[in-house]
Amino acid sequence: MARGIKDKVAILGMGCSKFGERWDSGAEELMLEAYKECLKDAGIDQNQLQAAWFSTAIDEVHVGKSGIPLSMTLRLPNIPVTHVENMCASGTEAFRGACYAVASGAADFALALGVEKLKDTGYGGLPGGRGGPLQALWNANGTAPGNFAQLATAYMTAHGVSGEDLKKAIGHVSWKSHQNGAKNAKAHLQKAVEMDTILNAPMIASPLGLFDCCGVSDGAAAAIVTTPEIAKALGKHDIVSVKALQLSVSNGSESGHNSWDGSYFHTTRIASKKAYEEAGIKSPRDEVSMFEVHDCFSVTELVTMEDLHISETGKGWRDVLDGFYDADGKIPCQIDGGLKCFGHPIGASGLRMLYEMYLQLQGKAGPRQLKDPRIGMTHNLGGAPRENIASVAIVGRYE
Amino acid sequence: MVGIVAYGAYVPRLRLNRQAVYDANKWFAPGLRGLAKGERSMANWDEDSITMAVEASRDCLTSHKAEDVRNIYFASTTHPFKDRQNAGVIGTALNVEQNLSAMDVGGSLKAGTSALIAGLNASKDGAPSLVAAADKRMARVASANELNYGDGAAALLCGTENVIARLVGHHSVSMDFVDHFRGEDAEFDYGWEERWIRDEGYSKIVPPAIKAALAACKLKGSDITHFIMPSLMPAVPKLMAKLAGIGEGAVRDLMGASLGDTGAAHALVMLVDALEGAKAGDRIMVVAFGQGVDTLVFEVTAEKDKLPKRKGLSGWMARRKEEKNYMKFLAFNDMLPIDKGMRAEFDKKTALSVLWRKRDMIYGLVGGKCKVCGTVQFPRTQVCVNPNCHAIDSQDPYAMAGLECSVMSFTADSLTYSPDPPAYYGMITFPEGGRFMADFTDSDKDQVKVGARMRMTFRIRDNDQMRGGFKRYFWKATPV
Repeated sequence: MARGIKDKVAILGMGCSKFGERWDSGAEELMLEAYKECLKDAGIDQNQLQAAWFSTAIDEVHVGKSGIPLSMTLRLPNIPVTHVENMCASGTEAFRGACYAVASGAADFALALGVEKLKDTGYGGLPGGRGGPLQALWNANGTAPGNFAQLATAYMTAHGVSGEDLKKAIGHVSWKSHQNGAKNAKAHLQKAVEMDTILNAPMIASPLGLFDCCGVSDGAAAAIVTTPEIAKALGKHDIVSVKALQLSVSNGSESGHNSWDGSYFHTTRIASKKAYEEAGIKSPRDEVSMFEVHDCFSVTELVTMEDLHISETGKGWRDVLDGFYDADGKIPCQIDGGLKCFGHPIGASGLRMLYEMYLQLQGKAGPRQLKDPRIGMTHNLGGAPRENIASVAIVGRYE
Repeated sequence: MVGIVAYGAYVPRLRLNRQAVYDANKWFAPGLRGLAKGERSMANWDEDSITMAVEASRDCLTSHKAEDVRNIYFASTTHPFKDRQNAGVIGTALNVEQNLSAMDVGGSLKAGTSALIAGLNASKDGAPSLVAAADKRMARVASANELNYGDGAAALLCGTENVIARLVGHHSVSMDFVDHFRGEDAEFDYGWEERWIRDEGYSKIVPPAIKAALAACKLKGSDITHFIMPSLMPAVPKLMAKLAGIGEGAVRDLMGASLGDTGAAHALVMLVDALEGAKAGDRIMVVAFGQGVDTLVFEVTAEKDKLPKRKGLSGWMARRKEEKNYMKFLAFNDMLPIDKGMRAEFDKKTALSVLWRKRDMIYGLVGGKCKVCGTVQFPRTQVCVNPNCHAIDSQDPYAMAGLECSVMSFTADSLTYSPDPPAYYGMITFPEGGRFMADFTDSDKDQVKVGARMRMTFRIRDNDQMRGGFKRYFWKATPV
């Protein structure tokens, strides 16, 4: 394996807008909201930025294509801006570009900014009707909830989990995230909800009910990265460095070859294994302090915790019900409320996850601050269980 | 000896309860009470005359190779396209293109029999001809036609080998007797008074035509074992038989109580019904009335009993789900300005160039089989999907429409737009190899389960109403 980028890149500053139905803001205002906080936190001048990566996934409903919208909005000093899109994993993709620029020595300061303005479509849920002209002729008339609901049916089949047990477990996933989101002033949904409400909610795509689905939100998040040496030279303490960045993309074996049973994320298993290797983590269940994973749907989080090699395959639902991933559990997961409650402005989500890790590692997470976290891991998934992009990032204290 | 060598049929699963229709409309049309009996077949929202004809053709070809077919005739008064050969869509769906002559036959309720005569004549030299007929006629709300019509299809393979029903003879007359019509811009039929149609039309035009046909066949009326004659007036076939000296017992049931009148297809639907139960030596007369009369006479041969089993009309009739929701019937047929929501607004424009390039995949459900590792896959791509193979340019076309498959995972989606929510879809896997995320149709909650056995069926996927109704067809999975 390549040497990797462990400890070659430090996060100098981060920012995140308030997520939610931001009727008051367009993508531009959201970008600036996250950027202002980020730049201030980094403590550098805008003219010091040497490259930028800009992530949005459904740009056709807000800013449009290219790197120009970011450069125009922030009035960047004519530096390279790369627009990246990797579905819901776009945010981590922007971060990866910026980190690689710094790790390679091509840039001392690089910006990653993700944004999504979804609430100008006139209807709830993600905008639909995309895909190429061939897909339009044969792909099932599906939605994200419908695709992920099938993860639940396949998981139950593969592991002999009853519908009732699974519904309770995924209900607990959402319950926990609502508990956490209630402590986050930037979250889209800040209300704790009762289990009964979750279990009895209207069905969106069986077996996923309303509370099994994350919010569709507007928002932006940003990071400025540099090297740990430069960060130190700038007088920074409590430096957070990147330990690993890995991505795995489906090549069609899940969706086209009968070897996959539909009950897990093939890519997440690969990306996380590589990430642990890059970060030098031998026993993730003992070494990772906290997770922000891609809980687009409750069942996604449950299965992901197995694919990240934390819960045993087929036993994740028991860990969930045991409170293992609760705020006061062994490894808190979605301490900021996750996609479920913080919200899911697609292009920003990967960076939002890192934002929480960064705050937690610096002890700045306020009422939801965990005790002495050292390693945080994010998992940002784009696509559907059968065809997806799994990106994972591991960040931690620079020691 | 030319004749029919195989038959098939198709009837939509849904059967609209006529009492439910009458109950909704009796405030306005109390006179329909006499028709409020039994049920009529009702196409699902994703069915039209093409999809029904494809199903009937597949049923017919259970025992024969589609690639042997040299002519396809597709009769209907409701061809989905005015200009785009509808029969050609059927051919592509059956994976027949080369050496194929295709023709749409329409314009009259005797289109089905006219197509059959053409098919039989075209097969005299041994070239097998497939004659498919289907209709899905619209009728005004609270009309008698709404209750009388049914949706359905039949298909007959004509040829000279292993003939199950030999053509004894046929006879036609054509005259512009307009009992009803549907103009170019009309959605619905417009008809004249029934008594006039009976007395001046049927009674004066049909008996001489039957007599001429019998004379041409050197038969007497009493030689006919099965007399088939569709009519919206149930007494008319009996009257015609009587006038021609055909025994009352020979007059076939119109299937009005359970199916309804399937328009241009109905004579052939009734012929399939008769063939299913016919014995060697039986003589079947088929009469269709519509601006003239077509008459065909067949004699059933001993080959009939050797014909491999198929679903047939009785099989499709037995696959039945009662529908008492008249509103659903109206909505499925675009007779109700229902609030479909913004998700129904997505553009359905079809890239015709893509459709042409991928027509075997989209219309034929042809996947690939890797020559190197043997893996069957859908769609066929340049690089084999098997993670242990990935051979390049290694796949032969592999037709999958006829294969059974099973449900690996599924959902019932209430978010996506579907004319019949929730939308059922899921990952289907073929035991030979190959899988894809497929829409399900004709599926109920209790039928769709992990591991459930499914078959593929050719259906409407989308209707591009922004561009005058270009229908996208593809294959869906339906419980076996």
